[in-house]
Amino acid sequence: MGKTLSEKILGAKAGREVKAGDVVTVSPDYVLSHDNSAAIIGEFKKIGLAKVKSPDKIVIVLDHIVPASEEKYAQNHKTIREFAAAQGLDKFFDIQHGVCHQVFTENGLALPGKLIVGSDSHTTSYGALGAFAAGIGRSEAASIWATDEIWLRVPETLKFVFSGKLPAGVSAKDVVLFIIGREGADGADYKAVEFTGPAASHFSIASRFTMANMAAEMGAKNGYFPPDDETLRWLAARTKEKITPVVSDPEAQYSKVLEFDLSGFVPQVACPHTVDNVKPVTEVEGRPFHQALIGTCTNGRLEDLESAAKILKGKKVHPRVRVLILPASREVYLEAMNKGLLAELSEAGCVLLNPGCGPCLGAHLGILAAGEVCLSTANRNFKGRMGARDSEIYLASPATVAASALEGKITDPRKYL
Amino acid sequence: MSKGRVWKYGDNVNTDVIFAGKYTYNIMPPEEMARHALEDLDPGFAQGVKPGDVIVAGKNFGCGSSREQAAACLRFAGVQAVVAKSFARIYYRNAINLGLPVLQSAEASEALRAGDEVEIDFAAGKIRSGGRKFGFPAFPPAVLGIIEAGGLIEYTKKKLEEKAKKDD
Repeated sequence: MGKTLSEKILGAKAGREVKAGDVVTVSPDYVLSHDNSAAIIGEFKKIGLAKVKSPDKIVIVLDHIVPASEEKYAQNHKTIREFAAAQGLDKFFDIQHGVCHQVFTENGLALPGKLIVGSDSHTTSYGALGAFAAGIGRSEAASIWATDEIWLRVPETLKFVFSGKLPAGVSAKDVVLFIIGREGADGADYKAVEFTGPAASHFSIASRFTMANMAAEMGAKNGYFPPDDETLRWLAARTKEKITPVVSDPEAQYSKVLEFDLSGFVPQVACPHTVDNVKPVTEVEGRPFHQALIGTCTNGRLEDLESAAKILKGKKVHPRVRVLILPASREVYLEAMNKGLLAELSEAGCVLLNPGCGPCLGAHLGILAAGEVCLSTANRNFKGRMGARDSEIYLASPATVAASALEGKITDPRKYL
Repeated sequence: MSKGRVWKYGDNVNTDVIFAGKYTYNIMPPEEMARHALEDLDPGFAQGVKPGDVIVAGKNFGCGSSREQAAACLRFAGVQAVVAKSFARIYYRNAINLGLPVLQSAEASEALRAGDEVEIDFAAGKIRSGGRKFGFPAFPPAVLGIIEAGGLIEYTKKKLEEKAKKDD
């Protein structure tokens, strides 16, 4: 019988044949954490070991509140830096690098066939490159530091098959928002999702990250794109490791298969306060807002900034809105700078922030006041997430957010093509 | 078996409303975490909750972030168990790892109302309330050991100690 990617990777790690529903105890290739490493260190100490079991598997990226906005966060960062040095962790990335998921991939750690777990729900992102990657909790990260082991249930898989070509002004974000709206915030609970079909390879690697990242918002354990030539090309510059792509068998068993013709898609918006409250932009047009956020681990890559700059270049954002630009990493920031995109965005009136997570989770930079509305390219619009309890978040693509920033109200980006 | 009252909520109760992101990187003592529990969904919860109370919700409870405090804060607030139609996967793991019982029962989720008095019989796998009885599925064997040890950190500690003894 054919096997899915999840069955293959988890089976290989467990050293036996497995099928969806089985529970395996496995040793992951990497375990990721970020500012929450301070709390993980606390849990690790409770276990009573002096040394982590496999220092080469531990990846720590400081990104959530960077640079530290308060003394208590500065102390957390200090604790983490000292721990990384004492344990000899060679994959510790300090505040200058960017958002953990982007930094992880830029450093060639997310490879096809790898098993990656991370103490962050958007760890699903690495499926974009053909890895099996799932979010876990802090205690689990501490336990892996100590034992190099975790139990995982082999998930069933939902398969999304793409054909056709996306119309101009419509992007991967619109596609994944539409799917989440249709399948629901729990549509893939306990399951893996697979993005495949003849048109899957048309998505750029950056777009694949956007979709795999958002898979978490339908409850998925992993969001997987079969590796192709583009994957190998993208990785060639980032790793010397020999790459052995793992792909689902054609006769693998899926719990559900859905087909989408991309040519029929229109821009989408997720309305407050759930990510599955998705409407075509034409139904939300005209909604005024106060703040726009373009960036994050969902949409903070070069193609996203290019898409925004294309619309904003030579124009001014609406005087009533403030527009925050949050590149996903220093690499993206530098590329955008060298291409002149940051200058274009700044000239249009945008505020350039350093790469990091801050505003997305309401931790610092760009907190919303009571009654304020934010239109964001991030992945979550939960009540109060970006600040005051009664503030609101709408989610959309970089093009939609950029077009809307010009008008001060939610706007269909297709009129700015 | 302790008795408690039901706090009733809907579908997709997410981790941000259970424990806000702005507190996530602030390492705080249990009683302070309990004070922020469900702050953005039900500001009256933290003041009103009594030890043994039970949260009853719809589907996909705990969706969103991997933050463990969303499970911890409810346990520290005295919540005996969360009963829901379904749980988000990371939340389910976190709750077990931190010793917060998460019970799946669509029937109980439909039938129970805010303020109902309930009693949970973990050994028998039953939720009882005013003459009504609702079953919940047994935990998978993979997680039973963690629950019995009182959480993942204790479980890991025990496992490593046993291994060290064997190696001696």
